[in-house]
Amino acid sequence: MAVYAHSPHADLPPPKSTVGVVGWLKKNLFSTPVNSALTIVALTFLCWTIPRLIEWALINADWLGTTREDCSREGACWVFVAVRIKQFLFGFYPGSEYWRVVLSFSLVGFLVAWLLIEKTPRKGFVAFLTIFVYPVIAYILFYGGAFGLPVVETHRWGGLMLTLILATIGMFCALPIGIILALGRRSSMPIAKSVSIVFIEFWRGVPLITVLFMSSVMLPIFIPEEVNIDKLLRAIIGIIFFESAYMAEVVRGGLQAIPRGQYEAAEALGLSYWKTMLFIILPQALKLVIPGIVNTFNALFMDTTLVLIIGLFDFLAVMQSAFADPKWLGFSVEGYVFVALIYWIACFSMSRYSQYLERKLHTGH
Amino acid sequence: MSTQKKKQSLWNNAFYREIFFQVLLVSAILLFFWFIAHNTLANLEKRGIATGFGFLSQASGFGIIQHLVPYDETYSFGWTFIVGLLNTVLVSCVGVVFATIIGFTVGVARLSNNWLIAKLATVYVETFRNIPLLLQIFFWYAVLRALPSPKLSWSLGDIIFLNIRGCYVPKPLFQEGFSWVIWSAVLAITVSVFLSRWAKKRQDETGQQFMILPVNSGLIIGLPVLVFLLTGRPLTWELPALQGFNFRGGMTVIPEFAALLMALSIYTGAFIAEAVRSGILAVNRGQTEAASSLGLHKSKILRLVTIPQAMRVVIPQLTSQYLNLTKNSSLATAIGYPDLVSVFSGTTLNQTGQAIEIVAMTMLVYLFISLTISFFMNWYNTKMMLVER
Repeated sequence: MAVYAHSPHADLPPPKSTVGVVGWLKKNLFSTPVNSALTIVALTFLCWTIPRLIEWALINADWLGTTREDCSREGACWVFVAVRIKQFLFGFYPGSEYWRVVLSFSLVGFLVAWLLIEKTPRKGFVAFLTIFVYPVIAYILFYGGAFGLPVVETHRWGGLMLTLILATIGMFCALPIGIILALGRRSSMPIAKSVSIVFIEFWRGVPLITVLFMSSVMLPIFIPEEVNIDKLLRAIIGIIFFESAYMAEVVRGGLQAIPRGQYEAAEALGLSYWKTMLFIILPQALKLVIPGIVNTFNALFMDTTLVLIIGLFDFLAVMQSAFADPKWLGFSVEGYVFVALIYWIACFSMSRYSQYLERKLHTGH
Repeated sequence: MSTQKKKQSLWNNAFYREIFFQVLLVSAILLFFWFIAHNTLANLEKRGIATGFGFLSQASGFGIIQHLVPYDETYSFGWTFIVGLLNTVLVSCVGVVFATIIGFTVGVARLSNNWLIAKLATVYVETFRNIPLLLQIFFWYAVLRALPSPKLSWSLGDIIFLNIRGCYVPKPLFQEGFSWVIWSAVLAITVSVFLSRWAKKRQDETGQQFMILPVNSGLIIGLPVLVFLLTGRPLTWELPALQGFNFRGGMTVIPEFAALLMALSIYTGAFIAEAVRSGILAVNRGQTEAASSLGLHKSKILRLVTIPQAMRVVIPQLTSQYLNLTKNSSLATAIGYPDLVSVFSGTTLNQTGQAIEIVAMTMLVYLFISLTISFFMNWYNTKMMLVER
């Protein structure tokens, strides 16, 4: 009997229509008649819009110049933005003092980067500097009045600088209040619990505009006549109240995610309530909600545009007021596109960062 | 044992400590409110600002560009509250409808197996939710303000006109006898509700299906149309027409409303799209596989298996987006759409100076709307909840 060595045939190559570019197109764009129709409609739309957009924004645009006459071409007139860029960044802050703003933001950028980048030494010390020392330095730099720095009144602050100031102060003050409120909402003391719930639900139930109206119109009535709170501070107080309620809900989500065993273990070790919270629960809960906190900051960053309604000149408001300049009428589209682009870059990178953190911190229990 | 109890001071007793802290909290709050009330009374007296709600019955003396109820300068400040509130409700309701349509379409499109459509939907979502809403409102308003003047309006068959002052559409004029059409529509809806209940009961008991969709839609559309024709078509249209420098007649959609509506729907639509996507992704793959192994048709799998389970995830997020839309409609004040905040907290407050009453009333309205919507949605949520063993 002959023994046949069985050797299988070599695999046939896959059909040509399922691999390569053709295969990809067929699978992803033209799988069914409906899909083909959709693809064609979408392609037509893209072919119609994208070349025009690029032509308007880049190819036919004017970039250089100082006056309106320099915008002779059909496309966008970026000269309008370029001429006023300092105002968009610093508002009406005196030109000779710009270095103070730049220095202050560079400092906080450096400190935050130190904290965020892994493997940098002495994080505790840097965190202490950021939370307790930096605010004093920033106040002196922005407002002046010490070390020979001339005073710059807050009504001269504006532009992107004001937007960043509002968002950062709002955030840093709202977080501790939010943590306390979240703890209060989960507390066993009935009165503390109901006070927290009423506070949180009240601020979450009303729009930010009414809060800003309240802080700008009603706050001066609520405090003694001798005390004078300026417009910026009033807006910041409103923002902090509003934001702390949202922050409280974010933190509560983290607190709820901590398993009961952690509380019980802390109790078994004889730790007091505050020690349990500070050393066991909050470090774990806050780590869980960092992405949520970044998202809240993102929302706050966009919401700060609302201060223009109570007459503060944030980034968007400075742009709005620039449109009214009789020398530069009719460039609102360029202005809005520029502002939108800046906000978009900031917010999109923040949301991507929060997604990255979510993946990185997802370590399970 | 008893000696130990004696040794423990009151301070270390959890019960007394809780009472102590809460008494402290309550007194702090009372002190705070007393401080505010004290200052407020002193300040109001010094500035000579009136208190109370008497101003609500005074004549307002200013006009409002859009009012759903009769209004002119002679109406009271109280009436401006109603007019503003109705305008807020109008833009929120229409906005919710459009945002839902956009959100569901884009959310489903993001999961499409068509690569181009999915990418386009992603670009839409990532673009519009990362740009401040106020900026979007300003942008759309600027676009609408760039439309031609009334004389050069764009028109659609001389029926609909679009220009810088708004969009002019024909206005329906209901003649005598139109009420019969409305009553017949009510009747048709009532009958179809009972019909679907009966059909569901019969299917549960016997397994026999009833063609409920064609029958009901035929009933709801057919009966009113039939009555409409029988009563001699009691409906005429008032067409807008150019008279002098402006259009007369018809209904007008003012550009402020349109800009606000576009911005709100597009912005909220992006968030709803994300909610819808997460909801559909949350349905376990095994569910659709099980359904198709039972031999269900693709459309039935979607309708009976995927959507009901996805809705459980989507609805809580949808609620908060609807609430956000309602609250965000207050940004109307930036472009002068006469909503509650713009009319009442803006113009009326400036005219009367009674900040406390007016801001409190405005905030209470939003609180009431927020709590009502969340109450309703919670009820719906409980109804839709998974019934577990």
